[in-house]
Amino acid sequence: MSERQIQLEVLRYNPETDSAPRFQTYAVPCLNEWVVLDALNYVKENLDPTLSYRWSCHMAVCGSCGMMINGEPKLGCKAFIHEYGDSIRVEPLAHFPIERDLVTVVEDFIAKLASVKPYLIPREDQPISAGEFKQTPAELMKFKQYTLCINCMLCYAACPQYGLVPEFVGPAALALAHRYNQDSRDGGRDQRQEVVASDEGVWECSFVGACSEVCPKHVDPAGALQQIKVASTIDWYKEHLMPWVKK
Amino acid sequence: MSRKPYLREVPKTTWFLRQPRYMRYMAREVTCIFIFAYTFLLICALGSLADGPDAFQEFLNSLRSPWGVLFNLAVLVVTAYHSLSWFVVTPQAMPIQRGEEFVPGNIIVNAHYGAWAVVSLIILIWGM
Repeated sequence: MSERQIQLEVLRYNPETDSAPRFQTYAVPCLNEWVVLDALNYVKENLDPTLSYRWSCHMAVCGSCGMMINGEPKLGCKAFIHEYGDSIRVEPLAHFPIERDLVTVVEDFIAKLASVKPYLIPREDQPISAGEFKQTPAELMKFKQYTLCINCMLCYAACPQYGLVPEFVGPAALALAHRYNQDSRDGGRDQRQEVVASDEGVWECSFVGACSEVCPKHVDPAGALQQIKVASTIDWYKEHLMPWVKK
Repeated sequence: MSRKPYLREVPKTTWFLRQPRYMRYMAREVTCIFIFAYTFLLICALGSLADGPDAFQEFLNSLRSPWGVLFNLAVLVVTAYHSLSWFVVTPQAMPIQRGEEFVPGNIIVNAHYGAWAVVSLIILIWGM
């Protein structure tokens, strides 16, 4: 296994002592097979135990280690050292306030996620004795890709619209709303529309498409948002031009 | 311990210079100004038509001037870029599901190219 020295530039911010973030550079002896998260762990264990960052699974499942690596939103556990030069710049996810070092404040995203009711809302209550809700493979296919979202928030860090208009509900939350709207077992679309089809909902999206480009799970939030726009527009025409047609 | 989150503000006017993909997006959006300009030209055409045959002929002559040809060529190139940039993203906005599979995106994009070619051909033949 080959080893090489990299300069890891990390944005540091200590709310107790710093008035603004600053970069600190660490010389890290890396194995070529390492990911950026391994380099951060090396720093934490051997060079500077005060460095703060979130991580858990180290296998692109938990969505905790999202960070800006050379200006691009990435999962630290999925960004291989061999894809970078000898200097790597690591910053907290863009567009989120910095709590400390690479740790960001994520309350805004959590609140937005909850606001779109990302769970099944059955059309009518059914007793357990009625059995399971059946679904065909084709019905599953309609929304399956959106179930792969791991809430890592890379899409929010990539979305310039979210950076400029923090009220925007944002890609992941809206894509999850779409996931449940598309589910044949769900009847909650009307309840979600108030948030989803609002000005701060899909209509704040101008289809930059960056969210889909950076998604580590190959979900297509940008596509979901455009599909919601199409469906909401059809709703509007039905309501205003053909009020006799039921949704 | 009290919290003191630090928010790094996004520059309001130069944000799109940070990333090539943001610049591509801005290129797509800015090209719509040319479409607006051509729409304005069409409104001028209607205005001159309403003013009578002489005015309309004068308008047609102005289109044949070097500046008129140059403007039309520029609009053609820029509009083509604008339209093609939308063709590319159509499969995301309007996916087509057949059974358990989605129709591959390149088929949807190529269908747009095909439709564009057919419509252009009809207009060219009809215009000759």
